[in-house]
Amino acid sequence: MTKYDDLTEFLLRLGDSALVHAQRLCEWTGRAPALEEEMGMMNVGLDLVGQARNWYEYAAERIGDGTDADTLAFRRDERAFRNLLLVEQPNGDFAVTMTKQFFYDAWQYHLLTALQHSGDERIAAIATKSLKEVTYHLRRSSQWIERLGDGTDESHQRMEKAIDTVWRFTFEMVEANDSESALASSGVIPSLADLPEQWLATVNDVFRNATLTVPDAPSTFYLSARTGMHTEHLGILLAEMQFLQRAYPDASW
Amino acid sequence: MSEWTLYEVFIRSKHGLNHKHVGSVHAVDAEMAIENARDLYTRRNEGVSIWVAPSAAITATASDEKEPLFDPSEDKVYRHASFYELPDEVGHM
Amino acid sequence: MYAQQVETGTKAVKSLAEMGPEERAFQEKIDAEIKIEAKNWMPDNYRKTLIRQISQHAHSEIVGMLPEGNWVTRAPTLKRKLQLMAKIQDEAGHGLYLYSAMETLGADRDEEIEKLHSGRAKYSSIFNYPTLNWADMGAVGWLVDGAAIVNQVPLQRTSYGPYSRAMIRICKEESFHQRQGYEILLHMMRHGTQVQKDMVQDAINRLWWPSLMMFGPSDAESPNSAQSLAWKIKRHTNDELRQRFIDQTIPQLELLGCTVPDPDLKWNEERGHYDFGEIQWDEFYEVLKGNGPCNRERLETRRNATQDGAWVREAAVAHANKKQKQQAAA
Repeated sequence: MTKYDDLTEFLLRLGDSALVHAQRLCEWTGRAPALEEEMGMMNVGLDLVGQARNWYEYAAERIGDGTDADTLAFRRDERAFRNLLLVEQPNGDFAVTMTKQFFYDAWQYHLLTALQHSGDERIAAIATKSLKEVTYHLRRSSQWIERLGDGTDESHQRMEKAIDTVWRFTFEMVEANDSESALASSGVIPSLADLPEQWLATVNDVFRNATLTVPDAPSTFYLSARTGMHTEHLGILLAEMQFLQRAYPDASW
Repeated sequence: MSEWTLYEVFIRSKHGLNHKHVGSVHAVDAEMAIENARDLYTRRNEGVSIWVAPSAAITATASDEKEPLFDPSEDKVYRHASFYELPDEVGHM
Repeated sequence: MYAQQVETGTKAVKSLAEMGPEERAFQEKIDAEIKIEAKNWMPDNYRKTLIRQISQHAHSEIVGMLPEGNWVTRAPTLKRKLQLMAKIQDEAGHGLYLYSAMETLGADRDEEIEKLHSGRAKYSSIFNYPTLNWADMGAVGWLVDGAAIVNQVPLQRTSYGPYSRAMIRICKEESFHQRQGYEILLHMMRHGTQVQKDMVQDAINRLWWPSLMMFGPSDAESPNSAQSLAWKIKRHTNDELRQRFIDQTIPQLELLGCTVPDPDLKWNEERGHYDFGEIQWDEFYEVLKGNGPCNRERLETRRNATQDGAWVREAAVAHANKKQKQQAAA
């Protein structure tokens, strides 16, 4: 399993998370709870595939050897994927999907806000463009969390169950990381030390309005996407997503 | 009966233009109506501003009122600049 | 054509002399190409026919997302994924534009959708065929959207204002759908492996006849056409549109280097059109009746989406009501 330099790994973490999350959104096609939601979810999905492509293109340039964005998306195995464990989790009901969406949006929002001021101009540019999109995503998912949390008894219960299902994967959003600290001290990206606190503050705010309880801090998990230790769900997701490229390696699409 | 409320959507396509009616969306409140309208009617960069209003709140003229309401203005030609003939020496006015 | 057999409720088209004053004024407006708007007087059958036609069209857009949804999770490159996602999203959007036009006639969207789910409303037969390889995404865009465009372009001039305006918007947005589909196929034929070329031919073989059926029964079997044409909610007959589609598609087929599964297809110099073989109308009527390859799956998916989402829609309403009460109290 190839391990790239810190910056490339960081770019893959951003790109893989966006793509895997978008792939889950694609699974909702024709199945959303309202026709208006088909539009909304697909808009978010389109933004995220676009973001993934931007991060991948930069990563591919750094890797060289003819790798391009599509090779990164469609020809790597699960052990090489660096996406947040949260986004690879199955969609479940709309409450689970929106909870994943909201946790991810809040993480992206604060991360991209910081990355706008990266010493690396390419990162700063992609972050600035993506942040506009993510600001809207966060607004949308926050509203849905409030509607479902403070809607009917049933929706409230479903939200509590959804939070219980995915909360354990949020440890990745609040853990300090050595390679990112190294990138920050060499001035490539700004310090991300405040990120966990900012993420939690957003979750607290929205959950308060939604009459939902924020669980205790998640304990560190045995798995971690940073080392390619995923849940079993990712492999199946990739098998579907990568099918054509894997089955017909000589083809041009 | 629809579960959600019908809202009419008006979009300003460019700065300096009026908002123009484009269609409707279903939503539970005005805030959601704005977002649904954004996702539906501005996918191709068609807008800089959106208004929404519950369809039920709009009052329209009835078709049998057309003649009394609009025909009387037909013969008021003196409201139009072309009614006034001025000699060429005046130039553009 | 997305609305294949629309009942007009009239046996014979009335002449102006047979009409009462309101209906005559209405028909004269239509004859003069003046648009009918929501608040204008209109015959009850015109309203009902339009509701049926526009809702069938809208249902087709929504059900039409499913065959493509079958491949959106398997699109082979990021570019293809983005294109397909955008196309499917447009279809949801077009469904919504059309429902919105339909609601100006006093129909209720949820009620009309319920008719679809209970099998009382139709949608285009084409979406009851399975998509079995990636080339289907190309063939659907090229043939199915192509056939839809042939039908929709004249409908931009349809007599009902809101429908006409929705069609203008849809046609403008849909111009990329057919090109996108054709480009998928052309790329596979020009740059692909033999296996990929075989996929393209296979997709065309399966989708060619169902695409021709999209235009609906032949004119001799279309008892409602005369009234629809008089009302200008249909601007050309089924056979005219089908011929137009074939004539414009065959040169594109030849450019691809593919064939269609019709031994009788040949250029008729005298007519200035292509001749083509007999359509299997038995199959068409069976699919329309609900016995096509995917009818059950398509409707079940849509029914489940509505049922599974009920608690979400209810919660959103409940939350909005709470907020309104809080604001009123404050």
